[in-house]
Amino acid sequence: MSGAPVEHGYTHEQICIPENLIYQRPGTLLEQEFHYCPGCGHSTAHKIFMEVVEEMGLEGEVIGVAPVGCSVFAYHYLNVDMQQAAHGRACAVATGIKRMLPDKIVFTYQGDGDLAAIGTAETIHAANRGENFLAIFINNGIYGMTSGQMAPTTLPGMVTTTSPFGRDTKTQGHPLKIGELLALLPGVAYVTRQAVDIPKNIRKAKKALQKALEYQKKGLGFCLVEIVSNCPSNWKMTPLESNKFVEEKMIPFYPLGDIKVPQEEKK
Amino acid sequence: MGEIKLMKGNEALSEAMIRAGCDAYFGYPITPQSEVLEYLAREATNRTGMVILQAESEVAAINMIYGAAGCGKRVMTTSSSPGISLMQEGLSYIASAELPCVLANVNRGGPGLGTIQPAQGDYNQAVKGGGHGDYQLLVLAPCSVQEMVDFVKLGFELAEKYRGPVMILTDGAIGQMMEKVELFDQMPRKTDVPDWATTGRKKGQDRTYITSLFIEPEVMEKVNLKLQAKYKQMRETEVRYQTLNLDDAEYIFTGYGLGARICMKAMEIGREKGYKIGMIRPITLFPFPVDLYASIAPKVKAILDVELNAGQMVQDVILSTMGKTRVEFYGRMGGIIPEPEEILEYFEKQIIGGAK
Amino acid sequence: MTEEIIFAGFGGQGVLSMGQMLAYAGMIENKEVCWMPSYGPEMRGGTANCITIISDKMISSPIISRFDTAVALNQPSVDKFESRVKPGGTIIYDSTNILTPPTRTDITIYAVPGSEEANNLKNLKVLNMIILGAFVQARKTVEPATVMKALTSVLPERYHHLLPINQKAFEVGMSHIHN
Repeated sequence: MSGAPVEHGYTHEQICIPENLIYQRPGTLLEQEFHYCPGCGHSTAHKIFMEVVEEMGLEGEVIGVAPVGCSVFAYHYLNVDMQQAAHGRACAVATGIKRMLPDKIVFTYQGDGDLAAIGTAETIHAANRGENFLAIFINNGIYGMTSGQMAPTTLPGMVTTTSPFGRDTKTQGHPLKIGELLALLPGVAYVTRQAVDIPKNIRKAKKALQKALEYQKKGLGFCLVEIVSNCPSNWKMTPLESNKFVEEKMIPFYPLGDIKVPQEEKK
Repeated sequence: MGEIKLMKGNEALSEAMIRAGCDAYFGYPITPQSEVLEYLAREATNRTGMVILQAESEVAAINMIYGAAGCGKRVMTTSSSPGISLMQEGLSYIASAELPCVLANVNRGGPGLGTIQPAQGDYNQAVKGGGHGDYQLLVLAPCSVQEMVDFVKLGFELAEKYRGPVMILTDGAIGQMMEKVELFDQMPRKTDVPDWATTGRKKGQDRTYITSLFIEPEVMEKVNLKLQAKYKQMRETEVRYQTLNLDDAEYIFTGYGLGARICMKAMEIGREKGYKIGMIRPITLFPFPVDLYASIAPKVKAILDVELNAGQMVQDVILSTMGKTRVEFYGRMGGIIPEPEEILEYFEKQIIGGAK
Repeated sequence: MTEEIIFAGFGGQGVLSMGQMLAYAGMIENKEVCWMPSYGPEMRGGTANCITIISDKMISSPIISRFDTAVALNQPSVDKFESRVKPGGTIIYDSTNILTPPTRTDITIYAVPGSEEANNLKNLKVLNMIILGAFVQARKTVEPATVMKALTSVLPERYHHLLPINQKAFEVGMSHIHN
């Protein structure tokens, strides 16, 4: 479309000038189309986190870990140094990185299956050691990458391909509230639950991510930013319906807000 | 000449790690190699600032190795058989992502929880690749406490040269026994950062990423071809072995690590009895000294392979000798260590007695 | 010269450190040495033994089944290892503890009342040094002075007040052997 005249008579070049700029992709995101499904919260989460990294001037300081899940290709989009990790092992890999480079800013970006099922041990022990990095936890209550199986955070009664009659807590267990669980550990500095369904929540989530990086810079310990998200494709919903589901079903079960804040933040 | 000490194999290995300027050790206790973490916890950090971390599991430990190696650091872990099994997933990723690291397997008897006594049942796992996919570990098999020291240094050199995992395959006996060792002098910690390492994106440069995910088959095949080219180069240039008394040998005893040491004694007793026995001890199990066996095979009446397992390396000996000589096997399993006399007895009964 | 020795007794009798001390002394004298413990999951109270090999040349197997010398501190050790001593070899045993002594006629047998002497020295822990003294006097594998040197190096400094009693015990052990 570049250069082609549009109906109002202006060319692309005539419109795209600095004075007209109201929004642009942060330099910490590569010029690369997301492979995420339309309406998926991953794209928003990627974007706000990379904005935070850029605004804090940390693009040269950050090393991220993307394990297995829909975000396995995060390093295709995030313009910072990254390591791709085995399923569930992000917190162990991040421990290795942070212990070697304690002055760098380290984060993991994990889904619910990765952080709260196969990688529970690595998550809890890294948190308990007070490893000074940030775990970003995308909780959409389903396995997206493998197309719609039950996750540890799937809501009671929720239909997935492996809970076709709805999650039966008697036989399939209860949703794991890993944030509340981690908040009990002395090594954990900050646990918060946010969402990216509506602009208000997106702004709050961004603020939380920024706080977490500030805490890491201060060396306060393990931070978990949980982001309650959606999965329109595997929830079999339109993007709008899926955001409604987040608001009406997910958030009531996973209430938003800080679960644990650092001692020094408490008044 | 370096410092001379009387040391246990496991402690010598740990001391060598510190002296090699190793940046970090991540590990989990398991008999018979718990001395390693204990020794390092006591000695390392004060002396060189090396990072020592007791992980929550071997699974976590090998992934900490992945992360730390990905930062371009010199890192090592150790474990024993069941723990090494848990590390196989991580090793496959490390091989694919081309991260240099050294790990030691202080082999104990298996399968299962097995026994804490020495064994060599993990040869196939080490040499044929215990994890998924087409990859190889470069495998060094020490047979003395001295080699436990030397192979740590060599292991790091090879790991960094080939950008991949190197395994020191030893066993409980070599880990627990004490011998005289000459230690190399303290080396400085590594300061150069390889360009593939993730240490934060440099201004005006592309980001660096480490991955083992290559979703397009065409790309994945290229990665495989690159790995195979490395393994080919290893086969051509890194084969190491020790030979004894080959000049007049009519029979060859062969084995690796502890098995080789016992064979040497059996050879000595056999020579006193007048049998012309020589010895081959592979030091690199991968790459295997194929050519050596191939060239010796037509010149001898038989090869007796001795292992502390059901017969694993012997498969490689058979492949290497291509039917040009008779290959016999004697092994004990489950933590039982064969005695030199019983090896010779087997030799006399099966090979001398049964010779055509 | 190669001397292959087994030291055997109960866990806690200092069997492993006896063998280690001898290996250390051998190293000080520039010999090739190897010390191989038999290890099990139990920490103490079980049977314990170790093989020590001292040689002028490279040592082949650390695991051997025939010994030049067996040093036995309890009955099960005599019962187990008497038959494994090479013809012309040596057994040294604690005659206070061991009531059924070895009977072979093709080897040299030394009965050392180690526990009794330890009792006389009012320190049962020096039994191993008494027997080691007897071993060194009987076999001349290393110089007696080297063993004390080895002990001084191996023993952490906070235990150095125990050196004189160990020296004494070592000498008492030596005095029981008349070659």
